[in-house]
Amino acid sequence: MSQKVLLSSKEIHIILHRLACQLIENHLDFKNTVLIGIQPRGKYLADRLCRVLREEYHVKDIQLGYLDITFYRDDFRRGDKPLEANKTQIDFLVEDKKVVFIDDVLYTGRSIRAALTAIQSFGRPAEIELLALIDRRFSRHLPIQPDYRGRQVDAINEEKVKVMWKENEGEDVIYLVSN
Amino acid sequence: MSELSVDHLLGIKYLNEADVQLIFETADHFKEVINRPIKKVPSLRDITIANLFFENSTRTKLSFELAEKRLSADVINFSAAQSSVKKGETLIDTVNNILSMKVDMVVMRHPNPGAGVFLSKHIKASIVNAGDGAHEHPTQALLDSYSIREKLGDVAGKNVVIVGDILHSRVALSNIFALKLQGANVKVCGPMTLIPKYIDSLGVEVETNLRKALEWCDVANMLRVQNERMDISYFPSTREYTQQFGVNKTLLDSLDKEIVIMHPGPINRGVEITSDVADSKQAIILNQVENGVAIRMAVIYLLASKIKN
Repeated sequence: MSQKVLLSSKEIHIILHRLACQLIENHLDFKNTVLIGIQPRGKYLADRLCRVLREEYHVKDIQLGYLDITFYRDDFRRGDKPLEANKTQIDFLVEDKKVVFIDDVLYTGRSIRAALTAIQSFGRPAEIELLALIDRRFSRHLPIQPDYRGRQVDAINEEKVKVMWKENEGEDVIYLVSN
Repeated sequence: MSELSVDHLLGIKYLNEADVQLIFETADHFKEVINRPIKKVPSLRDITIANLFFENSTRTKLSFELAEKRLSADVINFSAAQSSVKKGETLIDTVNNILSMKVDMVVMRHPNPGAGVFLSKHIKASIVNAGDGAHEHPTQALLDSYSIREKLGDVAGKNVVIVGDILHSRVALSNIFALKLQGANVKVCGPMTLIPKYIDSLGVEVETNLRKALEWCDVANMLRVQNERMDISYFPSTREYTQQFGVNKTLLDSLDKEIVIMHPGPINRGVEITSDVADSKQAIILNQVENGVAIRMAVIYLLASKIKN
C-alpha cells in the first residue's frame, strides 16, 4: 500500500479560506442560509468552515446542522457490512432556506442523492447547494456536481482519498491511498 | 456498527448485552426520526412484513405496524379471528401460505408459549415475537429498559420492582431477563399465588409487602392482573388485591423519594394503579408507548439488514 499527499496542511488552510469567501460572496450575512454537514465525515469540514466564517470573517448568525443519511442510502442489505448510523442534529427548519450541503469527498454522488431525499424530512428548502473539499472527477454514478469545490482530483476506483483533521488525527492532511 | 447475534427476535434470553446496546443505539436514531416533521425513512422499501396476530392486541399491533410503515416496509395484517385457522389450518400451513406471497419477515403474537421458536425452525423468514402466551414479550421488555435508560441515564445498578401478576405475565419474564442482562437489581412483588415457583432460579427476590418494595426501588413496573388467563381464583377479590398491591397517590407521596412508575398497558385504572398516579409526572407510561415505536423500528431494521438479497 502506498500513499501520496494530495493536500498539505497549508494548502487545506488556504482552500478553507477560499471556500469561506466563496460562501460569503453568495450568501452574504447567512440570514436565509443554513449549513448542513453530511455525517459522518462532512461534519468535521462543516465545523471547521463554520469556525473560519465566525472567527476570521466575523459572520455571526450561522446555522449549522448535521444530517445522517444512513436510512436513505440505496445500498441497504447490499454490502457485506451493516450500515452504521450517526446522529442527525438539525435544530431549525429548512423550509424556504438556502441549504448548503458540506461533505469532504464527492465520489459516486450516491451519498448526496440520499442527502437530497433525507433533507426533505425537515421541510422544503428554497434551494440546495453542494460544497465538497475533494471532487473525484470521472467517478460519478449520478448527475451531481459541486457548487463549491476545494480541489478536483483524478483518482481511479481502486484508490482511496483519506481526509485527516487536526481535531481527530493530529494533523490536517489529505492522502491519496493506492493498494 | 456491529450486527445482532441473532436472526430472529424470539426472546430476550437469546440476546446478549451487546445486542441490547445495539438496539438501544439504533433506537436513539429512530427516535429522532419519528420526531421530525416527516417521520418516515425509505430503508425497508424492498421488505415485506406480515403481522400475524393469533391473539388480541391493540397497542402492540399498532406500534409494530407504525414502526414498519415508518421504515417504508410493505405490511400485511392477519388476525386469527377472521382466518382459516378457525377452519382447522395448522400454524405452519398458515405461515407457509403467507410466505409463498414473498414475505421477508413475520411479526407474530400467539397464545402458545414457544410458538415463535417452533416457527423459526420450520420456515425461512425472520421472526419477531410479539408475545407468546405467558412466555416472552421481548420488544416490550426492550422498550421498558430503554425508557428507564432515557429517564434515569442508565439501567445498570438501578433497583426495579415488578408488581402484580408475575405468573401469567410474559412482560414480567422478558423484563427480568432484560434487566438482569443489563445489571439492574430486580424484585417482584405480588400475591404469592401469582408468583411463579421457579422465580428464585431467575436471580430475583420476592417481596410481598408493597410499601417495602416501593421504598427499595427506583422504578416500579406495575402489571395488569390478567383475568383472561386465570382459570381459578388467585386472590379473594379485586378490592382486596387493590388494597394490598395497588399504588395510589397517598402511598406514593408518603415515600421519601420520587420513584418512576411504569405500566405496559392496558391499565385497569383503580386496580393496580389509581388514575392520579397514572396521570402524574412520575408516570412514564406514554413515553413507553412512544419509545415502543422507536424500539420496534430498531429491531426490524437490524433484523432486516441480515436478510440477504
